[in-house]
Amino acid sequence: MHEMGIALEIIKIAVDSIPANLKNPKVERINLKVGKLAAVVPDSLKFCFEVASKDTALEGSLLHIEEIPVTARCINCGNSWTAIKPVFICEKCDSGQVDLLSGRELDIVSIEVEEGA
Amino acid sequence: MEVKVVKKVLSVNDTMAHQNRKYFSDKKVFVLNMMSSPGSGKTSILEKTVGRLLPEINSAIIVGDICTTNDADRLAKTGVPVIQICTDDFGGDCHLAAHIVGNAASDLDLDGVQLLIVENVGNLVCPAEFDIGEDARVVVLSVTEGEDKPLKYPLMFRVCDAALLNKTDLLPYLDFDREAVINNIRQIHSDMPVFEVSAKTQDGFPAWILWLKKQVEKKVG
Ligand SMILES: Nc1nc2c(ncn2[C@@H]2O[C@H](COP(=O)(O)OP(=O)(O)OP(=O)(O)O)[C@@H](O)[C@H]2O)c(=O)[nH]1
Ligand SMILES: [Mg+2]
Ligand SMILES: [Zn+2]
Repeated sequence: MHEMGIALEIIKIAVDSIPANLKNPKVERINLKVGKLAAVVPDSLKFCFEVASKDTALEGSLLHIEEIPVTARCINCGNSWTAIKPVFICEKCDSGQVDLLSGRELDIVSIEVEEGA
Repeated sequence: MEVKVVKKVLSVNDTMAHQNRKYFSDKKVFVLNMMSSPGSGKTSILEKTVGRLLPEINSAIIVGDICTTNDADRLAKTGVPVIQICTDDFGGDCHLAAHIVGNAASDLDLDGVQLLIVENVGNLVCPAEFDIGEDARVVVLSVTEGEDKPLKYPLMFRVCDAALLNKTDLLPYLDFDREAVINNIRQIHSDMPVFEVSAKTQDGFPAWILWLKKQVEKKVG
């Protein structure tokens, strides 16, 4: 529900990351990682991004979202697995002492930018 | 050309939350972030909680709401200092961000206060994502919301330190399976305490109050 706020943050970070020496920089693509547990709906984020990036150096750029699966590791026996359902109980030893290894990401990895005409 | 960025999108919020946490430590105040879907009974639980903590623990409350001051008016009757944040002024947000909580906290006189409770905006999704500098998080789920909510909102139940199952006075009128909901919570967060309470009758309050007092004492002595 806060996808617009997230989109604005992404735009700010991306604009700040454009190398200063580029003339008429045009950002073509933004690479984002979004964990499956993150409270963000990718389609809705893309829509907000499209709207909010108008009239910025990011207008028309592609927001590429890599969805990161939820992985967990049992603290008790070391078993690790990819969680398809939100269940954080070890299948091997039934322990609930579980570390989340991934799935909460909401990170900008890189931007792809070219000099304009 | 590709420019590496590698930055958390919410890094600004994380920085502000870190500052809040330091401020709250300096002030020797324990901060509880209370979350739930709209109408689960956060305000009702707080109305019945803060008085019972006295005289050992003095509280203050920050309450976030999208539009009205109803909750603050209700909570002010308990006699504790209350600040209402209308998130509408900040764009109708669905959660309290760290800088907003920080601003509100600086308007409160926290001297002599051991417990600051933040009633977050009613929403089971977004507040789970935003650190506000709190020491503990609790989620309230009421028995009218259905047993599957922990599975539908796993992040919320994962990041919280305790759950309150509220409105248990209504159980006789519902087909609510309390064992199923507790089992669902256990799948997400196996060792999280679950307090079954009714804000209406105050059933189950002693265990919840005891837990809260212990948390506060652990931090502020
Ligand atoms: N029967 C019963 N009703 C309750 C209980 N707790 C709260 N309610 C009722 O549920 C409604 C919502 O309660 P609130 O305390 O305002 O809920 P809230 O979570 O603060 O709501 P928002 O701040 O708007 O998200 C009110 O009509 C309360 O009287 C309870 O334990 N039993
Ligand atoms: Mg309320
Ligand atoms: Zn195990």
